[in-house]
Amino acid sequence: MAKVVFRDQEWEIPGGKTVREIIEELGLNPEAVLAVKGKKLLNEETVVEDEDEIKLIAVISGG
Amino acid sequence: MKKRQTQARVPRCKKCGAPAVIYMRQHRLALCETHFQEWFVNYTQRTIEKYHMFGPEDRVLVAVSGGKDSLALWDVLTQLGYRADGLYIGLGIDEGTQYSQRSLEAVRGFMAERPGLRLYVVDMKEAYGETIPELARRVRRGRGKPCSVCGLSKRHIMNELALREGFDVLVTGHNLDDEAAVLFQNTLRWQTGYLARQSPVLEATHPGLVRKAKPFCRFYEREVAAYAIVRGIEYQYDECPFSVGATTIYYKELLNQLERHSPGSKFQFYTQFLKAKKKGLITFHEPEGEVVLRPCRICGQPTTAGEICAFCRMWVRPDMDLEEAKRSVPSLTFRVETSESEEG
Repeated sequence: MAKVVFRDQEWEIPGGKTVREIIEELGLNPEAVLAVKGKKLLNEETVVEDEDEIKLIAVISGG
Repeated sequence: MKKRQTQARVPRCKKCGAPAVIYMRQHRLALCETHFQEWFVNYTQRTIEKYHMFGPEDRVLVAVSGGKDSLALWDVLTQLGYRADGLYIGLGIDEGTQYSQRSLEAVRGFMAERPGLRLYVVDMKEAYGETIPELARRVRRGRGKPCSVCGLSKRHIMNELALREGFDVLVTGHNLDDEAAVLFQNTLRWQTGYLARQSPVLEATHPGLVRKAKPFCRFYEREVAAYAIVRGIEYQYDECPFSVGATTIYYKELLNQLERHSPGSKFQFYTQFLKAKKKGLITFHEPEGEVVLRPCRICGQPTTAGEICAFCRMWVRPDMDLEEAKRSVPSLTFRVETSESEEG
């Protein structure tokens, strides 16, 4: 299983899905979120494997 | 087999063919980490030139908050060789969150890795005796949120410091999502005065106003965040605690829903607005006589709000005479921090 972290939440997701598929599965908009593995930016078509840990970063700010 | 097929979909960099880290649908452009950084810096320069924002001889003051946009902007302007100093305003939004403290740490961390930078620091508590939340509570402005007082104070301080220290232009990290959200909001309400003024450059229309520019106005927010990540900029990820539920964020989310289904919508919405305005295809007239700038009798900054500007009014009581009022408004004070230069 891959570990996905977004803000204070964590999910275990089966490997083999793309970053975009994971973002959509979590109900997020790929236009408003980026994914990193360690400090590396991931393309949204990158396949996330079992044992990977990726962090999603919200890009919207303001107020 | 299935995995190979999925991996084959990863786009390749248009410049070198390496796996791309980002695909920008509105430009139909995929780039690897190296070429994305190169493109980002060059595109900023093209935007600066396109809107005649400033030149190599100008002194540029970058408003830095510790967030991705302002730190990325300072990084790019420095790479491009501009004479760019930073301005950080310590808002004192720390109650339970340490938000401002962590923002300043992000700015200092950024500077520590970039020798020769110069930062002006204005601390609200030190300079004006109150943090932004304290000030907002005292003046009871903004329906329980300090955002209105915060915006007013930042605009005033940035303008005063930029003029006093002889800067030619004040730049902010506003991106296309920021601009499109404002445009959307003003269009929904047909705020013609605001629509008339929305521009990548705000000219100094009065001697007491500094010129302002937004060199990132053609980047999606996603691209600025991506740039900050690939450059290793440790920015303040957390949002201001008072921005929760802000209208601007709601409009950005709406526009991103549109963007998801119709790539390029945000880009077209904003850039076509600017083009149409430039060509005179759409014009907005401010109601005659509405905007008259007069110098504030206390600080001298131009104001539309009568004899005393909205910032100074936060310290002035109606029963004060002018001399007493002048004494009651604190003066701007600041300190300057520098990162060690390479020459030592």
